[in-house]
Amino acid sequence: MDLDPDDVFRDDEDDPDNDLYLDRESTKELLVYLVDASPKMFSTTSLAGDQKDETHFHIALSSISQSLKTRIINSSYDEVAICFFNTREKKNLLDINGVFIFDVAEREFLDRPTARLIKEFDCVEERFVKEIGSQYGIVSGTRENSLYNALWVAQALLRKGSAKMADKRILLFTNEDDPFENIKGATKIDMTRTTLQRAKDAQDLGISIEILPLSWPDEKFNVSLFYADLIGLEGHPQFLVSTVEKLEDMKDQLRKRIFKKRIVKKITFSIANGLSIELNSYALIRPTLPGAITWLDSVSNRPLKTERSFICSDTGALLQEPPKRYQSYKNENITFSAEELSEIKRVTTGNLHLLGFKPLSCLKDHHNLRPSTFVFPSDEEVIGSTSIFIALHRSMLRLKRFALAFFGSSSRPQLVALIAQDEIISHGGQIEPPGMHMIYLPYSEDIRHVEEVYSYSNGATPKATDDQIMKAAALMNRIDLKDFSVFQFSNPALQRHYAVLQALALEELDIPETNDETLPDEEGMSRPAVVSALEEFKLSVYGDNDDVESELVDNGKASETSKKRKAVAENAVKECANFDWDDLADSGKLKDLTVVELKFYLTAHKLPVGGKKEALISRILTHMGK
Amino acid sequence: MARNRETLLLLLDVGPSMHKVLPELEKVCSMLVEKKLVYHKSDQVGIILFGTEDTKNELTREVGGYEHVVVLQDTKVVDGDLVEALQQLPRGTFNGDFLDAIIVGMDILIKKFGETDKKKKRLCLITNALSPVKDPFEGTKEGQVITIAEQLVRHGMGMESIVVRERLNGSATKRIMDENDHLLNIFAKKTSAKLVYVESPTSLLGALRTRNISPVTIFRGDLELSSKMKIKVWVYKKTSEEKFPTLKKYSDKAPPTDKFATHEVKVDYEYKSVEDPGRVVPPEERIKGYRYGPQVVPIAPSEWDAVKFKPEKGIKLLGFTNASNILRHYYMKDANVFIADPGNTRAILAVSALARAMKAENKVAIVRCVWRHGQGNVIVGVLTPNVSDKDNIPDSFNFNVLPFVEDVREFQFPSFNNFPASWQPNEQQQEAADDLVKLLDLAPSGKEEVLQPEFTPNPVLQRFYHHLDLKSKHPDAAIPPLDETLKRITEPDPELFSLNKSAIDAFRRSFELKDNPKLKKSTRRILREKTSGSNMGEGYADISVQSLNSIENTSAVKIEKIGDLTPVQDFETLMSRRDGPEWIGKAIKDMKNKIFDLVEDSYEGDNYPKALECLVALRKGCILEQEPKQFNDFLRHLCKFCREKNLNSFCEFLTSKELALISKTEAIDSEVCDDEARSFLVKPDTKVE
Repeated sequence: MDLDPDDVFRDDEDDPDNDLYLDRESTKELLVYLVDASPKMFSTTSLAGDQKDETHFHIALSSISQSLKTRIINSSYDEVAICFFNTREKKNLLDINGVFIFDVAEREFLDRPTARLIKEFDCVEERFVKEIGSQYGIVSGTRENSLYNALWVAQALLRKGSAKMADKRILLFTNEDDPFENIKGATKIDMTRTTLQRAKDAQDLGISIEILPLSWPDEKFNVSLFYADLIGLEGHPQFLVSTVEKLEDMKDQLRKRIFKKRIVKKITFSIANGLSIELNSYALIRPTLPGAITWLDSVSNRPLKTERSFICSDTGALLQEPPKRYQSYKNENITFSAEELSEIKRVTTGNLHLLGFKPLSCLKDHHNLRPSTFVFPSDEEVIGSTSIFIALHRSMLRLKRFALAFFGSSSRPQLVALIAQDEIISHGGQIEPPGMHMIYLPYSEDIRHVEEVYSYSNGATPKATDDQIMKAAALMNRIDLKDFSVFQFSNPALQRHYAVLQALALEELDIPETNDETLPDEEGMSRPAVVSALEEFKLSVYGDNDDVESELVDNGKASETSKKRKAVAENAVKECANFDWDDLADSGKLKDLTVVELKFYLTAHKLPVGGKKEALISRILTHMGK
Repeated sequence: MARNRETLLLLLDVGPSMHKVLPELEKVCSMLVEKKLVYHKSDQVGIILFGTEDTKNELTREVGGYEHVVVLQDTKVVDGDLVEALQQLPRGTFNGDFLDAIIVGMDILIKKFGETDKKKKRLCLITNALSPVKDPFEGTKEGQVITIAEQLVRHGMGMESIVVRERLNGSATKRIMDENDHLLNIFAKKTSAKLVYVESPTSLLGALRTRNISPVTIFRGDLELSSKMKIKVWVYKKTSEEKFPTLKKYSDKAPPTDKFATHEVKVDYEYKSVEDPGRVVPPEERIKGYRYGPQVVPIAPSEWDAVKFKPEKGIKLLGFTNASNILRHYYMKDANVFIADPGNTRAILAVSALARAMKAENKVAIVRCVWRHGQGNVIVGVLTPNVSDKDNIPDSFNFNVLPFVEDVREFQFPSFNNFPASWQPNEQQQEAADDLVKLLDLAPSGKEEVLQPEFTPNPVLQRFYHHLDLKSKHPDAAIPPLDETLKRITEPDPELFSLNKSAIDAFRRSFELKDNPKLKKSTRRILREKTSGSNMGEGYADISVQSLNSIENTSAVKIEKIGDLTPVQDFETLMSRRDGPEWIGKAIKDMKNKIFDLVEDSYEGDNYPKALECLVALRKGCILEQEPKQFNDFLRHLCKFCREKNLNSFCEFLTSKELALISKTEAIDSEVCDDEARSFLVKPDTKVE
């Protein structure tokens, strides 16, 4: 059945049904990017050194653009709106001044991101001055309050959808820490009050407001002047306003804060004798796959509906979803009901049970099956959880131990290792959050002992000498990736996939080249020091004889299979000569041959032999140039 | 079909010192056959027992010797009888000689296959190797072992030894043990035999590989350090989840009289246009569409092929980096292993040099992999050294997949230091936590690491295959409860926890947990669980009872008959069922039959203790339910039966355990007075005419 999405990206064991992969539609996000467009956002401060001048406005726009691109791939059911305030022109539902909603054709103001939106948003900056214009909206003498207006418009946009079904957020980008600086006296107090009230109203409706402050290294954004009250900082001690030293760091921080944390699951972690604490789990690392395919009608390009039906092989009768499954065993069909099967899998009362602790050295590199899950304590239901968690976390770090626990999920109950991770902070903010990572451990059935298959019954295998090890170490120090981080590479296949889709979606003819960052650094590898280290290592393990291939292969498996393969190829050449292929092809009689016979041709001409018969024939025809 | 057919001989030690672990042995061996019945139906299995009272093997007849080795089952294609035979292993009475058993096993395989037959043959020895090996007629034991090992190699037989070993008991056995270990080690060296030691019953369940999967490479070719320097490597999967078997859909539409019904269900897919649901769109009018936001972009396969990402097959080194740069939780998938081409000495040396240098310098290698031609993506992963500590196993690399930028979500979490002071553990609390982490130690020095993944079986699969086998006998068999040995995997070890009770209690006392008062009642799921535990008082015992109950509750198995595994529990459950009066009668009747079966099937009295347990339970039940006559009549009947069937030993056994009839003082309905009750078994002759 062709139901499966393009399986090129998928390795055999990826399981899309796995409950770890979030169903994204059910937890969609409604988001308004609220960007300050006041003249201050366009000012440039010449930075030390040769750094390019960048405006805050540009930084804000590029982080939004980046987040839109990620969003369309990762959570395309999210709905976004982009809204500028402190603008000359106005465009919004309420028709109030100083607020401009950016939008493109075939899209509502608050809607799912489209290829066109991303494309046009990328060039909004060039057109901005002409079409939208920047103008500070809070001036003394008028009662205009652009910030108030902006919040109001954003709130109106987010009226859509119920708060239960979706997360509603306003992300505010600004570099003005005191918006009412120019206003004096009672008017200022009044404007501050009404603005705060507006924000509070929005929050009461389940909308969270977050501020992404932009600042220059030499002038700090002071949240306490105004915004601390607006976003309700008290009670949220975790709000991070770090002073940024580099522009890059600020971009990093923006990138990290644009996405909202999503809890995968709440977990009860039972420690001992009825003592249980509350944890939230998060999926920090999950493979991003290209979206599922949809079948379309090739004429109308309209999506098709897939209908599945069950047919009894014996009677041909149409069935409802069959309630029972069977396994053949001892020549009998043993049936199981769905309840029985889930019952068999339920070996414990859900949740996470602590079994004990082990030194970290017990956790081997091959003890891994799936991406890990991050857990962080929560005091939401049980007060005191965090305290216990922190204590255990510290002890585990100090004693270099991990916790072994049994995680009774319904799909695959299994043993997990909980590794305490200390917080790692650099200039760009938090790199690794503090908490524990849950590593899914294999069972004995899941581990294969491959090395043992190739153990040598007649004595010892060759092991490297000290000199060879030394040469290898020297080589390693030459090709050292000093600051390697896993955030270094984007997935070239995915990049290509979406570049193609974006181009096609916009009906552009040329598809932009994508860059494969995963290729080795040829230039670095050809540096004389590296080359000589390589040569020395090679000489030390391979000896003078330069030709690697020349070594005689033992009478092992390898030679046997290669002999066999050779024999098959020779046979194919012989057999192939028995047919007049040109004639067969011209008269269209290729289809009368058997697959085996067709493969003679393919093998003899070193072509791939896979596929259905039609594929083989077309391959032969292509090869013959017909 | 039968190309990969394997012949396996199980050499099982059933001597007295093994009795304790025989239940686990039965479980794991029968599971092995159960799995073969599902996955390798044409494999053959034979069973040889040693340490038995009897002797039954061809070698004894031919040349003499080889006492106490019984060929319980000559090799045959796996079937239900084999499962059953393995589920009821007889208990032996002698100390077995594992070398004898190996020779008998080898003899069977040689006679059956001769020297030329290249079919897969394997011996699997399970013993505790505590009893001495007899001295050979000539030469040394060591010499004998070497000869045997050479024979094994010549005939292409694999061997696997599992030694069940608890901690030392006495110095006398220590000498024998060391000698045996030495002998087994020779096997391991000479024949590439696998030798593992297990301590706990749980790891015994995990030690025997119950399903043999022949490894297949996912890549063979060059590991390119640069364009000039390449190493020939083979890549295999190191871990791969053994999935729950995929069951087929069952159709019950076929009439029950139809003997040839397949009961299969065909799944059919139809693609219909949304506007006109009546119209089915044929395959040639369909085109694949790829989602991009709300848009679906149609692309024909040929078009897609022209533009898609097409990396070249190969493995390229990107560089080395400090091991600390790669955190453990970045590993994305199941692990692979890189082995140097086994026929290529220089490749083995190169891998060995790199692996050892990496280990010494604490470095790892970052590589870019495209396993196959035509693969649509690349994988960036990390190679970590896997330096072998055995002479005959070459060094290799472990490989794990690393995430790309797109795969990482950089959520920010509050720093622990930013939490209010009330959430920070104080010194005393921290100490309590330290103690807990230190004392609940699963890898104590000098002992086996508990629940090592290599020796921990999947409890779900064990349970499934067990249930499958039960169902093949009784279609309505209830799901067996998770057995005690497997509970060591899913639940904390009561022994470990009660041993460290003071540390746990101290930890509990140090911290206070309470409900968040702002939340509604319905959401307070955690604390309810907690308080119900703590209200029951101190100590682990209570908890274990509670957790036991909760397991039973959750599994919610409606026990409707008395099974083989836990007859006493099943009986008690049935007796306490309140959803119908007929259950008590059924329970008593079932239990009687069970006891009869046990006594009848008993071999050398091995079932007697179990039968007694059942009898005691039945007696208790009958007193509670005021059914003394039922029990008294049954006991009389049982004794009579035993005497008729020459099972006097059972009556004696009962007498020694002081099992009596139910007297009038115990149950008012009984017509038996106290004296008679007690003396019933002592003076059997008066009762039996």
